[in-house]
Amino acid sequence: MEIFKISSLIALFIVFDVTSALYFHIAEGERKCFIEEIPDDTTVIVNYKVELYDPRSGGFMPSTPGIGMHVEVRDPDDKMLMSRVYSSEGMISFTSVKPGEHVICMYSNSTSWFSGSQLRVHLDIQVGEHAVDYANVAHKDKLTELQLRIRQLLDQVHQITKEQSYQRHREERFRQTSESTNQRVLWWSLLQTGVLVGIGYWQMRHLKSFFEAKKLV
Amino acid sequence: MYITPLVTTILFTLIHGIFSKSVELTFELPDSAVECFFQDIEKNTSAALEYQVITGGQYDVDVKIEGPNKQIIYQQQKMQYDSHQFTAQQTGIYKVCFSNEFSTFSHKLVYMELNVGPEKPLPGVGEHATVLTQLETSAEEIHSALNRIIDHQTHHRLREAQGRKRAEDLNERVFWWSMGETLAIVCVTFAQVMVLKNFFSDRPTVYNRM
Repeated sequence: MEIFKISSLIALFIVFDVTSALYFHIAEGERKCFIEEIPDDTTVIVNYKVELYDPRSGGFMPSTPGIGMHVEVRDPDDKMLMSRVYSSEGMISFTSVKPGEHVICMYSNSTSWFSGSQLRVHLDIQVGEHAVDYANVAHKDKLTELQLRIRQLLDQVHQITKEQSYQRHREERFRQTSESTNQRVLWWSLLQTGVLVGIGYWQMRHLKSFFEAKKLV
Repeated sequence: MYITPLVTTILFTLIHGIFSKSVELTFELPDSAVECFFQDIEKNTSAALEYQVITGGQYDVDVKIEGPNKQIIYQQQKMQYDSHQFTAQQTGIYKVCFSNEFSTFSHKLVYMELNVGPEKPLPGVGEHATVLTQLETSAEEIHSALNRIIDHQTHHRLREAQGRKRAEDLNERVFWWSMGETLAIVCVTFAQVMVLKNFFSDRPTVYNRM
């Protein structure tokens, strides 16, 4: 067991050397946001690693101790779930309480000292069933291979169920919006007709009395 | 050397997170901007890109996939959604770009999913050389079927989001437009009467001098 753990630690370092995740470039101080539309009670794991452009070698420095990333997570009501400064690489995980669009924003905390240079950000976001680590599950719950497969299937089914109930919730919102539009159009057209008739009547009466007073008719 | 279970969990998660090369991102694409993502892909690995525009303008975006030697693997203009599967001809950095350069004012929301290589097998599965039992085969089949369901669900979720956002837009527009129009009618009514009265009034005004 101990050997297993140690080997996993070694594997971790190897993995971090390779860093095979997707990456993109941002300028320092630039803000980058990603949106995750998720049902409630869903775990999101964000892994990232930042590298600073090195003008001398023309490449990216693998590790930059001075650079930190400011990570913000907002829930669907625009409430801050977390807002913290992390080091140049790290892992953030959160579980949604409310279903909806969660916004994950990141920007570097660097000072004007570095400003203007490029940052390379390796990013990996895993949601729901993808965020479950089966090696760990098997290890912890002592599951056989088949049990593990079934566990994965169960997780997938749970995810689908959650997504569907969220879908119902959103469909309801969609319907409410459409019904509200329908109501507004109806009432507005009625009101508009009323206003037009009223105004036309008032105009005619007012002008008639005016002309009579001026002895034009 | 002793590692607490918590640390082990974190380590495992990290390893898993970095290894599985499948990522789903939804990002904002401002007007006349280009957003590029890079991914290291090994030779002979199959990769699939799926994208969809959720909101903004005509729901279209220019998409390009470039290989390590700047050769263009896939290029589409003004697409609403699509998916493309390709096999890497060589090891290197592949670049996926979403461009909104043709649009000067509409800001867009784009969803993309990039899958590289086969799905990472479950730990322990596939290590034994024996033929799969019927139960295992069924489990495998169900797993891939469920994966397809999740994909379709994602697609529908995005379509629904598209429709919903448009409906919300429409609702707001109807509200403001009706407000504006009501105001305009009231203003025009009074203005009409004033102008007409001025034509017939004895005092010289701007209107009857014209």
